[in-house]
Amino acid sequence: MDLNKMTALELGAAIKKGEISAVEAAKFSLGQIDKYDKKFSCYVTVESDVLARAEEVQKKISAGELTSPLAGVPMGIKDNMCQKGIQTSCGSLMLKNFLPTYNATVVDELMGAGAVPLGKLNMDEFAMGSTTETSYFGATKNPWNAAHVPGGSSGGAAAAVAANECFYALGSDTGGSIRQPASFCGVTGIKPTYGSVSRFGLVAYASSLDQIGPLARDAADCAAVLGEIMKKDSKDSTSVATDGVDLNAVLNYDVKGMKIGIPTDFFGEGLDKDVADTIDKAAKKLEEMGATVEKFDMPIVKYAIPTYYIIAAAEASSNLSRYDGIKYGYRAENFEDLLDLYTKSRSEGFGMEVKRRIMLGCFVLSSGYYDAYYRKALKAKALIKGAFDKAFEKYDLILGPVAPTTALRIGENLADPLKMYLGDIYTVMINLAGLPAASVPCGFDSKGMPVGMHLIGNYFNETKILGAAHAYQQVTDWHKRTPSEIEKGAE
Amino acid sequence: MVITDELVTYLEALGRIKLPEESREKAKNDLQEILQYIDTLSELDTEGIEPMSHALPLTNVMRDDVVAPSIPREEVLANAPAQKDGCFLVPRSFD
Amino acid sequence: MATSWEIVMGLEVHVELATKTKIFCSCTTEFGGDPNTHCCPVCTGMPGVLPTLNREVVNYAVKAGLATNCTITQYNKFDRKNYFYPDLPKAYQVSQLYLPICRNGGIEIEAEGGGKKIIGIHEIHMEEDAGKLVHDPWTDSTLVDYNRCGVPLIEIVSEPDFRSANEVIRYLEKLKAILQFIGVSDCKMQEGSLRADINLSVRPVGSEKFGVRTEMKNMNSFKAIARAINGESKRQIEVLEEGGEVKQETRRWDDNKDASFAMRSKEDAQDYKYFPEPDLIPIEISDEMIDNLRNSLPELPEAKRSRYVSELGLSDYDAGQITSSKYLVALFEENLEAGYPAKEIANWIMGEVMRMLSDSGKEPEDISFEYKHLGALIGMVQKNEITRNTAKKVFKAVFETNCDPVKYVEDNNLKTVTDTGAVKAAIQEVVAANQKSVDEYKSGKEKALQYLIGQSMRALRGKADPQTVTAILKEILG
Repeated sequence: MDLNKMTALELGAAIKKGEISAVEAAKFSLGQIDKYDKKFSCYVTVESDVLARAEEVQKKISAGELTSPLAGVPMGIKDNMCQKGIQTSCGSLMLKNFLPTYNATVVDELMGAGAVPLGKLNMDEFAMGSTTETSYFGATKNPWNAAHVPGGSSGGAAAAVAANECFYALGSDTGGSIRQPASFCGVTGIKPTYGSVSRFGLVAYASSLDQIGPLARDAADCAAVLGEIMKKDSKDSTSVATDGVDLNAVLNYDVKGMKIGIPTDFFGEGLDKDVADTIDKAAKKLEEMGATVEKFDMPIVKYAIPTYYIIAAAEASSNLSRYDGIKYGYRAENFEDLLDLYTKSRSEGFGMEVKRRIMLGCFVLSSGYYDAYYRKALKAKALIKGAFDKAFEKYDLILGPVAPTTALRIGENLADPLKMYLGDIYTVMINLAGLPAASVPCGFDSKGMPVGMHLIGNYFNETKILGAAHAYQQVTDWHKRTPSEIEKGAE
Repeated sequence: MVITDELVTYLEALGRIKLPEESREKAKNDLQEILQYIDTLSELDTEGIEPMSHALPLTNVMRDDVVAPSIPREEVLANAPAQKDGCFLVPRSFD
Repeated sequence: MATSWEIVMGLEVHVELATKTKIFCSCTTEFGGDPNTHCCPVCTGMPGVLPTLNREVVNYAVKAGLATNCTITQYNKFDRKNYFYPDLPKAYQVSQLYLPICRNGGIEIEAEGGGKKIIGIHEIHMEEDAGKLVHDPWTDSTLVDYNRCGVPLIEIVSEPDFRSANEVIRYLEKLKAILQFIGVSDCKMQEGSLRADINLSVRPVGSEKFGVRTEMKNMNSFKAIARAINGESKRQIEVLEEGGEVKQETRRWDDNKDASFAMRSKEDAQDYKYFPEPDLIPIEISDEMIDNLRNSLPELPEAKRSRYVSELGLSDYDAGQITSSKYLVALFEENLEAGYPAKEIANWIMGEVMRMLSDSGKEPEDISFEYKHLGALIGMVQKNEITRNTAKKVFKAVFETNCDPVKYVEDNNLKTVTDTGAVKAAIQEVVAANQKSVDEYKSGKEKALQYLIGQSMRALRGKADPQTVTAILKEILG
């Protein structure tokens, strides 16, 4: 049995049939981590009792107590989701020693379904970044080419799936943090509708935009993970019921007759030609499969990044104020008084990108500027939502690139924050509108780096997105490609 | 909007952070560049548009007034950098 | 000629709501407890946690608004008020800046120098309380306890309508009574469940312009408030009369030193960076919900007071005193319902009950005897089973030990002697033993009669009706 080529659902089925045990699966994943993680640095923490957990899960599977299609499947969790007793660092010195006394709701849900967590995955510090280079624990490398970034902020999650260091991972997406690394690493990832997955226990970056979602080998795996975590949670007031979403329908979805819109404004200045060509080809493929594809204008695109950075920075500056060296987290060693304790702990505990966004957030909320920036951005947000509402009157899905480029080389963007922010142009709008959207592998650029296509759906249309992606993956094999190094490593 | 040294100092104070001296100038310029870009938003006509905090029209999510057990104090204090007598310990905070 | 000055004040009153759980988590709001034992990840601001709003907080806030004649805001949001302080674990307080739940209300009080006056209520908003800081002298550090953190508060912001300390106290007494009546708060000032910030400025009489104001925070006793107002207004007048300027600042009233002190100014300007709380969604309050809450309100003190006067014939003063406290009203109404005469109960409350409270330094909420005992006592007096004087003695015991008055009278053999034969015999003995006084009386000295009455009552151990004793004595003396 070649575990190296298996999806999470295939592995889950094999475990259920007794063809392989959860313990063997866990051993395989730990072996992969052993072999590759020094090079790619996907994990911040590898759990010490993985095999014990796998054994416990296997017993329950054998006893028929666990019936989830994902029971026994080894997985990884982005390091901003609280797991009781496991370091939850958010890629920051600030929370390096933080051991939550509670589980995030998603962790509870997946544990209940028999997941075997391998460890916590690297990320940009407090999810602020698009490269995973801002992590205090060092940059994660792209398994397709270790000189390149994996994207971010869920870079550890995307790279771990690409390097077969886990069968699926939980990431979080505030402005593209699941979709962009999924695109850069050639895996499938989806950010579901805002509110459809509980945020309880997800360390907040920008509360009105943050959403948890899966990264996996293919659309069917993503649907299976969503099936376990899309639930209304009484601990999250922004959580919504998703009873109408039938994820089982993903597997039988047909794109025939589907209307797909492509915003011309997604194809403007700054878009890499290789990426544009690859997306075009994917659109043609969908047309061949029976969908109608048509272009339309969405001029509001150019205001997405300013709107996003105002709202995200504002919320972040407030959300990150609790890290003050008093209740948990990093405390500076020497301080003169309370103010000094605050300032030193925060200055030493946070990296540069976090400081930059805190300052930006303080600025847009400060008295005298609130109306011109924050309030204005909330109005722009309403207009962005309105533009999508209008588009979805006409289209089933919206298609475009996930990012203007493929994965850049390490260090290329870090020095120029604005350039990095501009890379979020296609993804941030989706978070502002609260819509679901996926990145689906659809080719490679001339340097051999993966390209993902962005499939955006209307609220609660996760089935449509993943259904179309699944249909696409039945007739293409981009999602099955593995970096040659990983492929060769198969035993 | 021009980012002055004074504004940088004010924002540092608001956020209780201090930039390292050597990266101050670059941080100032970065902020300036970012704000200049963000300022393009002022071109967008938002006349008559209501600010939108939440994309989905949810209202009235509330919980019943029923007590649940609190957590053990050891857990409350488990991650505290300093504690004493069951309390978090901080530098003198009185006038 | 010296300028005469007018004091202008507005109040921000923080009231802890009497809900069972905190505003955003299910921890108990019970007062006390060991430090940090009424806490959870939510109220201690742990990473990743989220607030869930307690429905009862909204109900209580609406009730408070309705009882103070406010308009209810039907589309509500919460906002974050951001500032760093160790008692605020998230470094922001969830409050309501833009859309407070109640607006434009008012409470009528007795004006200085007679008449009525309405104190306007600008708004009432919901928010969360902060934790408690305790100075640790051993380490010269501060200890932080989050038990109170997240207890629901309403902040009641008045208009700047106060002109004297008396008006402030009357308003606070009235507000306290209303909030206690409608059951939204116990308003225990010593436990901090009602505390007031006073914004105070002075201006020359006749001036339309407000002076520069100072704020005195967290005052939690009426006496301290009265002293603080007098002290701070004097200070401001002195500053102005010496040609100085009042600085807009927060001052701390030190009741021991009888003076206010400027608080150390914060290192940076106050910039709370308010913005809508993204973790909570809007609250819509329907007409139906408002009607239901309005109908659930008990009769308010003002209406009760009028009814006591018009229907029960109490004096306006007595009615005002009794309706100033939910507990006095309960004492009054329970006995009224049991069939005792309104005036008699009111007299007892205004007399003995108030006296015992004041002598023992207690408030009406501290009354520990069963209300029905007062009625039983009144009943015994009505039936002439005990004398009024005896009843007062018995009440003291009831007040102090919550004993059953009927049993107490029996156990201590305090019943009025109703057997006139026995009374007569006792008086005849007194007359026989006090020939000197009898002679004096007969020679026209009225005082001697008083002495003989006293001696007779003493012989009867106070258990006879003094009028009967006087009549019999006069009869014997001819």
